Amino acid sequence: MKQTKTTEMLVGMFVAAGIAALFVLAMQVSNLSSFTEEGTYTITARFDNIGGLKVRSAVKAAGVLVGRVGSVDFDNDRQVAVVTLHINQRYNRFTDDTSASIFTAGLLGEQYIGLESGGSDEYLVDGSEIDEALTQSAIVLEKLISKFVMDKASGK
Amino acid sequence: MMLEWVRQLGRSGIDFFEKLGRGHLFLVKTLAGVPEVLARPRLLIAQLLSVGVLSFMLIAISGLFVGMVLALQGYNTLVDFGAEESLGVVVALSIVRELGPVVTALLFAGRAGSALTAEIGLMKATEQLSGMEMMAVDPLHRVIAPRFLAGVISMPLLAAIFSAVGIWGGYFVGVGLLGVDEGAYWSQMQDKVDFLDDILNGVIKSAVFGVVTTWIAVFEGYDTIPTSEGVSRATTRTVVHSAFAVLGLDFVLTALMFGDS
Repeated sequence: MKQTKTTEMLVGMFVAAGIAALFVLAMQVSNLSSFTEEGTYTITARFDNIGGLKVRSAVKAAGVLVGRVGSVDFDNDRQVAVVTLHINQRYNRFTDDTSASIFTAGLLGEQYIGLESGGSDEYLVDGSEIDEALTQSAIVLEKLISKFVMDKASGK
Repeated sequence: MMLEWVRQLGRSGIDFFEKLGRGHLFLVKTLAGVPEVLARPRLLIAQLLSVGVLSFMLIAISGLFVGMVLALQGYNTLVDFGAEESLGVVVALSIVRELGPVVTALLFAGRAGSALTAEIGLMKATEQLSGMEMMAVDPLHRVIAPRFLAGVISMPLLAAIFSAVGIWGGYFVGVGLLGVDEGAYWSQMQDKVDFLDDILNGVIKSAVFGVVTTWIAVFEGYDTIPTSEGVSRATTRTVVHSAFAVLGLDFVLTALMFGDS
């Protein structure tokens, strides 16, 4: 009888250790704790060029992570990129003339969207759009270099 | 001479498919015995002890060292690019996606699978299984099914333990010995590791490997030629076939899970 009790004890501890390990992986290692899909609102932004922006790229305001890119699509009629942003519900005070720019983290790092509020009294709500006029595209290195070379050539 | 060779080829082909068919019938019959095992959990608990708990130390220590080595190697490469802050991501992704499930499955096949084959094979060689049948007890339900279920339950748990301990080992070496920033190690990891894409797929992988390795182990034991040589061959086959199956399936699963991104 004592034997089976020890067995049961050991098995119970083993199963608990396994589940605990899974829990640690979920909470400590993955992004499950920091950001969940619920509690967000969605806005869309149109860019002339999104560079290397991807789904799940960060959306930051003043350098703080406020949301993530939900999807990236191409607007066939207007020939621009359409990006949907899932913004955390807590950050609901972006004005409706907020500008969105694509920045690069570090010299060759990942690209993210930076939001900056304007002076309007109206706030962005679920389903709002940021027009191309208020967005700034990603800097494409090739374009920058060719512009630089052109300027040099014409300046001579 | 030529004809003899062709005949032999045909025979080994037929043997192969016969064994494949026997294996699948065996799996179906074993699964039919699973409800009976759940009704009598004592059988299952005894097997969970020998299959799962006794593999715990092996898996935990291996995971620790794999994580530590990954951190060392990763650091040496990353530091050249000034990207040693990403060490946490490198360690976590390679362990959670690949090394956790695969190495655990290989160790599991060597530690628990071979033991299962030898045990069942010897039961057959000493005619204990036939004895059970004489007493109208189905050995598939009584002997095989609990062992199979125990293996299937243990593998994902062991893989999760391996991954958690491995990441902790990487933390120990990376942050403790090599001086990577502690905040960067965890925050970059949390930023890049996705729960559904990485962790859940890793768990699915380890569950598939658990089913396959345990199936191979119990089937080889049940299908063994009941002599001491037969048992020894069956045990070897368990380890070899499990390794092939795990590595081959790993490629297929990886292509399915991570191929499109």
